[in-house]
Amino acid sequence: MSTEIIDLVYIVAAILFIVGLKFLGSPATARKGNAISSIGMAIAVIATLFSKGLNFELIIGGFVIGGLIGAVVARKVEMTSMPEMVALFNGFGGLASLFVGWSVLMATSSPEIFFLVTVFLSILIGGLTFTGSLLAYGKLSERISGRPFVYAGQRIVNSGILLAVLACAVLFIQNPADQNWLYLAVGLSLLLGIMFVLPIGGADMPVVISLLNSFSGIAAAAAGFAIGNILLIVAGSLVGASGIILTSIMCKAMNRSLSNVLFSGFGTVSTSAGPVIEQGEVKPMSADDAYYVLEAASSVVVIPGYGMAVAQAQHVVKELQELLEHNGAEVVYAIHPVAGRMPGHMNVLLAEADVPYDLLLEMDQINPRMETFDVAIIIGANDVVNPAAREVESSPIYGMPVINADQAQTVFVLKRSMASGFAGIDNPLFFKENTRMLFGDAKETLGNLVKAFD
Amino acid sequence: MDLINLVFVFVLAIFLGFELINKVPSTLHTPLMSGSNAISGITLVGALALAGSDNELVSMLGAAAVGFATINVIGGYMVTDRMLAMFKKKEGGDGK
Repeated sequence: MSTEIIDLVYIVAAILFIVGLKFLGSPATARKGNAISSIGMAIAVIATLFSKGLNFELIIGGFVIGGLIGAVVARKVEMTSMPEMVALFNGFGGLASLFVGWSVLMATSSPEIFFLVTVFLSILIGGLTFTGSLLAYGKLSERISGRPFVYAGQRIVNSGILLAVLACAVLFIQNPADQNWLYLAVGLSLLLGIMFVLPIGGADMPVVISLLNSFSGIAAAAAGFAIGNILLIVAGSLVGASGIILTSIMCKAMNRSLSNVLFSGFGTVSTSAGPVIEQGEVKPMSADDAYYVLEAASSVVVIPGYGMAVAQAQHVVKELQELLEHNGAEVVYAIHPVAGRMPGHMNVLLAEADVPYDLLLEMDQINPRMETFDVAIIIGANDVVNPAAREVESSPIYGMPVINADQAQTVFVLKRSMASGFAGIDNPLFFKENTRMLFGDAKETLGNLVKAFD
Repeated sequence: MDLINLVFVFVLAIFLGFELINKVPSTLHTPLMSGSNAISGITLVGALALAGSDNELVSMLGAAAVGFATINVIGGYMVTDRMLAMFKKKEGGDGK
């Protein structure tokens, strides 16, 4: 196939990617959009296979091994583990771009400066995406501590590594025959990824995965510049833009700037510094008593957090929803943008439990009518319903937009114990007059409520 | 293609990406991430040509890149489809 025809196919593939993303604008068309996007990928790969001089043994080997791993992971992964899987895939994308950048460099005999710059960018971004994502994967899957790791002079060390990579780039560009600078740059890029994710943890993980998602796209675009392939540039930039938007949504939802997330090591903040906030009496309630309140309720809002995922409680939540609806109550769900460990995580878990997506309301839709709800049930969420964000100026999360659960007539908090949330901040909601604590495993508590209805 | 054209396309694609992704509702953000993960597996197209190089190290790196990018492409599209298949609307959703 001539290169003109391959280029034409690439244009069609780019159009299919764009149309596919456009179809993701609504849950009704999203599945079709994903299929369209995958067709774009398929024709781009098939067209490329027709170019001359390919080594099919190696390619088929890569296809079979990569395809098998991808297919098995995609089928087996639990919806609760989606954040770690996305983190891992981000990393593989970065590594692929690093390899492409590196190998195209070695395949080129007399490189130009611009080419060398783009190769270095794909190695740098690809490398730090790879190790950063692996570390994020480790933190999310709790193979290593999810707590942020902060030490003095972090910014200086990270800037130093980045400068060292750039210095290697300059030295290598001046003397491309000396491969040592290249190896050093690869090593330093990998190190930078670790150093950059290390101080981030806890409630900031959604920001990190979004950012690494963006990096994996930008790395692909950089590799596209290096090999002069326009389809890589287009597809990579689309992904890069997507990740940047998600990152900014996550930052806004936490009322923090990106640099604050990246460097401050939130969650290690000591809470003892602030003044003691209205500590009152915690009022526990049994599932049986809660049942009488729910039975009389005509409107209920469920506010899930990561605790719901940990307790695997989404299915029993759906059961309770049906019973309440059967009882004549309106039931909706309020989803905070940073509930869970990645953007949209709660929505997927609830979709898995067959909760219709039109019952899932965003924070801005629910807050104006929060007072009209008889009961708010908080399942494994803490910081995203913390009224201290509105009321306590000294609180580390002051100013963060939260779901105003405390304004509902009665608030049920399903919680394992009185331990503070992922961000390690006190929550005055638990002490409010209209709050009742339902201690214990969320799945069990909900199960008891469901039983009470039968 | 010369440099300026590539940069031109790059800039336009970023703007297009912003416009497209801003319209994706927050309920679909997880499938958006896994789906865009699959798209970033486009590196596969670049890796294919390198896997055929005469230089052994180049072609091994290219083959490794093919493998990792394929994980992204196959895994990304499949898991996105699996998720999106679960999203249902209330009215006449399951026909009960």
